[in-house]
Amino acid sequence: MRFDQPADPNVADQGKVLGRPRTRIDGPLKTTGTAPYAYERHDVAPGQLVGYPVVSAIAKGRITAMDTRAAKKAPGVVAVVTTLDMERLPKAKMNVVYLFGGREIQHYHQAIAVVVAETFEQARAAAALVRTDYDEDRGASYDLAEQRQAHLDDEVEPASRVGDFERAFADAPVKLDATYSTPGQCHAQMEPHASIAEWKDGTLTLWTANQMVEWSRQALGKAFDLPPEKVRLDSPYIGGGFGVKLFLRADAILAAVAARETGRPVKVALPRPMIANNATHRGLTIQRIRIGTDRDGRITAIGHDNTTNTPPGGGGEEATIPTEHFYAGAHRLLVHRPLEMHLPESNAMRAPGDTAGQMALEIAMDEMAERLDMDPVAFRVLNDTQVDPGKPERRFSERHFVECLRRGADEFGWSHRNRRPGDRRDGVWLIGHGMAGAYRGAPAQASGARVALRPDGSVRVDTDMTDIGTGSYTIIAQTAAEMLGVSVDAVEVGLGDSDSPVSAGSGGQWGAASATAGVYAACVALRERIAERLGADAATLELVDGQVRHGGETRPLAGLAGDRDLVAEDKIEFGDFRDKDYVLATFGAHFVEVGVHAYTGEIRVRRQLAVCDAGRILNPITARSQVIGGMTMGVGAALMEELKVDTRRGFFATHDLASYEVPVHADVPEQTVIFLEGEDPYSTPLKAKGVGELGICGVSAAVANAVYNATGVRVRDYPITLDKFLDQLPLPA
Amino acid sequence: MRAFTYERAASPRQAAQAAASTDHARFIAGGTNLLDLMKIEVETPTHLIDVNGLGLDTIEATEEGGLRIGALVRNTDLAADQRVRRDYAVLTRALVAGASGQLRNKATTGGNLLQRTRCPYFYDTNMPCNKRRPGAGCAALDGGASRQLAIIGASEHCIATHPSDMAVALRVLDARVETVDARGGGRSIPLADFHTLPGDTPHIETVLEKGEFITAVTLPRPPGGKHFYHKVRDRASYAFALVSVAAVVQPDGSGRVALGGVAPKPWRDEQAEAALPRGAGAVMAKLLDGARPTPENRFKVTLAERTLAAVLAEAKE
Repeated sequence: MRFDQPADPNVADQGKVLGRPRTRIDGPLKTTGTAPYAYERHDVAPGQLVGYPVVSAIAKGRITAMDTRAAKKAPGVVAVVTTLDMERLPKAKMNVVYLFGGREIQHYHQAIAVVVAETFEQARAAAALVRTDYDEDRGASYDLAEQRQAHLDDEVEPASRVGDFERAFADAPVKLDATYSTPGQCHAQMEPHASIAEWKDGTLTLWTANQMVEWSRQALGKAFDLPPEKVRLDSPYIGGGFGVKLFLRADAILAAVAARETGRPVKVALPRPMIANNATHRGLTIQRIRIGTDRDGRITAIGHDNTTNTPPGGGGEEATIPTEHFYAGAHRLLVHRPLEMHLPESNAMRAPGDTAGQMALEIAMDEMAERLDMDPVAFRVLNDTQVDPGKPERRFSERHFVECLRRGADEFGWSHRNRRPGDRRDGVWLIGHGMAGAYRGAPAQASGARVALRPDGSVRVDTDMTDIGTGSYTIIAQTAAEMLGVSVDAVEVGLGDSDSPVSAGSGGQWGAASATAGVYAACVALRERIAERLGADAATLELVDGQVRHGGETRPLAGLAGDRDLVAEDKIEFGDFRDKDYVLATFGAHFVEVGVHAYTGEIRVRRQLAVCDAGRILNPITARSQVIGGMTMGVGAALMEELKVDTRRGFFATHDLASYEVPVHADVPEQTVIFLEGEDPYSTPLKAKGVGELGICGVSAAVANAVYNATGVRVRDYPITLDKFLDQLPLPA
Repeated sequence: MRAFTYERAASPRQAAQAAASTDHARFIAGGTNLLDLMKIEVETPTHLIDVNGLGLDTIEATEEGGLRIGALVRNTDLAADQRVRRDYAVLTRALVAGASGQLRNKATTGGNLLQRTRCPYFYDTNMPCNKRRPGAGCAALDGGASRQLAIIGASEHCIATHPSDMAVALRVLDARVETVDARGGGRSIPLADFHTLPGDTPHIETVLEKGEFITAVTLPRPPGGKHFYHKVRDRASYAFALVSVAAVVQPDGSGRVALGGVAPKPWRDEQAEAALPRGAGAVMAKLLDGARPTPENRFKVTLAERTLAAVLAEAKE
């Protein structure tokens, strides 16, 4: 099915199941510990061995020698495979650093060997016996600020230039020129990367935890020079990803090389302390933002110049992204400077570009409102745009940002906010209020599914779509139930298997909208099969309550398929009208109250409120969970999360969950989420857009703005920890 | 984790004997720190002596009017004890400010005193660390991440902090540590003297001798006054202190203060406390005299003073 024009009214509009709150259909499996996550799939292949990674102790250089003799002699050890045993394995385009093979060290904790033993404990003990000698390259710089200074005068082609920014900014009567920084951030997903690999009859099977099954099937085929049909991935349950499981990682490669070497299935998980440096992170940024307005507060010039780290060949954190479309303004300049550094691989993390970009942009908007002596809500309302500010002929399909702002202000009680920074106290706590806008694009990707009506009238959906804790199982079941007139309980959903039709996968906030559209397409095809079976016209067919009605006749779906499944498969493909003629995006407004201890500077978030505009909300429960998860992650990014760079040795020193602090329950206050009622027919047949990444966008800046409002001290360097403002905080009298 | 042998001790003295006669032996109680460190081979004992079955898990009144806390009393039980909550509230407050409920259920009084630093370089065996490998150097001092680390009492060989909250409270309470040795003797060590400063031997952290086994911690008579434990950290729970202040403040403004998060041991100076009636600044001028912070943790000097100021303000309410 091609989606070439805005959606008309259709079967999915009935609203009997879709759009209704529905708890997760996979919830009982998870709460009882019976959902089969990758590392515990003991039943899928007999005789599993355990592999334990050995990782590099240096950030840059070459391995001169590895001594595996002691490890090979250790109890239980079956094999030791080192990076010197093979040439560099080919990598997929989306991977920036190489995952295994060869002598070159590109980053700290790069995988350099896997020790394979009968038990986990044996493998881990033996891994510690591998001795590696390096020729370390100590010349590299790991300090982004230092590198930025060194490259300030580099000629860089702007990512986007509209009008004459320099002149408009120079002429603006009110202006801001400020620089912000965000640290490297770790996905800190609950489930570590884990894979079980088996080679059998020339086919490589990987039971794994991966967000993008088809991308990774291709990547695995490339690494081992196998045609795609000789590679199978199965990734039905994923304990969090946030982008760190978008691409093939070392767990998969190590399991595969170990299984090939031993002739037995091998499982490998990345131990927690290795994940931060071995896998990917959100890159560091230093962002200079310039905004100029007229005296009434209308933006005339907006510039965003971002510097970020990447290993050679990558793009880093593209923090300029939100500034392209979020606010009006005739003169615009975006510059993105990824600097090649030999830190680990910076790559996608929840709302890549937008999260870090809005951490800075939405403080800048707050600072600008203050300069204009305007309410920051009113300043944003004034600078709303219904068209692409760079290409006014493209309009936003649906944009209700102003409604988000106004509704949020109302519900939060913004009019009762503290107006003068540092002015409000509750005992020893300084009270502050802050807000920020939120913006995230709403892309869609081709997505396929197979739907079967079974003899008993139940339905089975298969797609390689993944559920990374987002609720895919549930909204896919709801889609099929709505389309086929059955209850959600009558729908069985199979996800994450590369033998199933290729889906959009989970990434870029496109998963929910795209995958449900794919299931919609397959259900339309199945309705046609059912109509054929009855000799009816699919257009007049009514599927209700497990029954099919046509021509005044009603019969149960059970039995309709005879003794075999009635199966249909299709995929949705999106025409370019979505991007050519329109800008599709999601919007939000965040409002936050914080308390800051007047003596110690301790910051505690007291309440958070979000209003989201994301088209039709397919399931208010799972959507809310996505947004409050994003709000929590945004609090972490604002107040505590930092991959602290050891700039001398070139690695992230805070590489475990004791030192990389994420919010605990006590940090998470009352959270309110409001979804605007609405549909976006330009998005998908279901008129839906994603919310999973929207939820984090803007949150950290709202917290930062609230801290400023509480203390009167503006911190432009995340995370906002007390050491950055304590000496400027007046002691209570 | 390396292979190790294991035995259950039959008595405190036998535990001490086993430890004295075996190289690279460690006592194991709650195991909440030791097992983690063994998994990453920061600790590599060849023999574990399990002391969990020895009793030592009761809290008893002493003839002097204080308490004797068995070394195996779990942190949760100690925090919840009615006598501790009533007479030594600073101890309960410090305990519940530490770790998580699950860890406190397992962690013991003796083990808490012996926990190792959380310096990130101590945990990363690729990095030089004089505590792990004497003479290797100190990555934290050598340009590393030092925000969490010590500002006073450290040396050019090591700037690790002692991570315990409980020990900071015990220090203001003038607690003593009772031990037994392999010969059946024992001693009572003031907590003030129990932990050693790193100097050029940062791998030595206490005055305990080989085989010497902690049997109890004793508290003298209740100190009266108002009790405070203010722990400052970046998140609301489950993090080690940037700075903590344990204080007992009397109605006349006199009192006792110890700091956590700033030094290789609970940091207290009885002479500095004499300045309490004159305020936090006067106390800290003496207590943190000679502090040598890194650029990353210089804020702890200010933070310590302001945290004590918060405590003293609260004491006046």
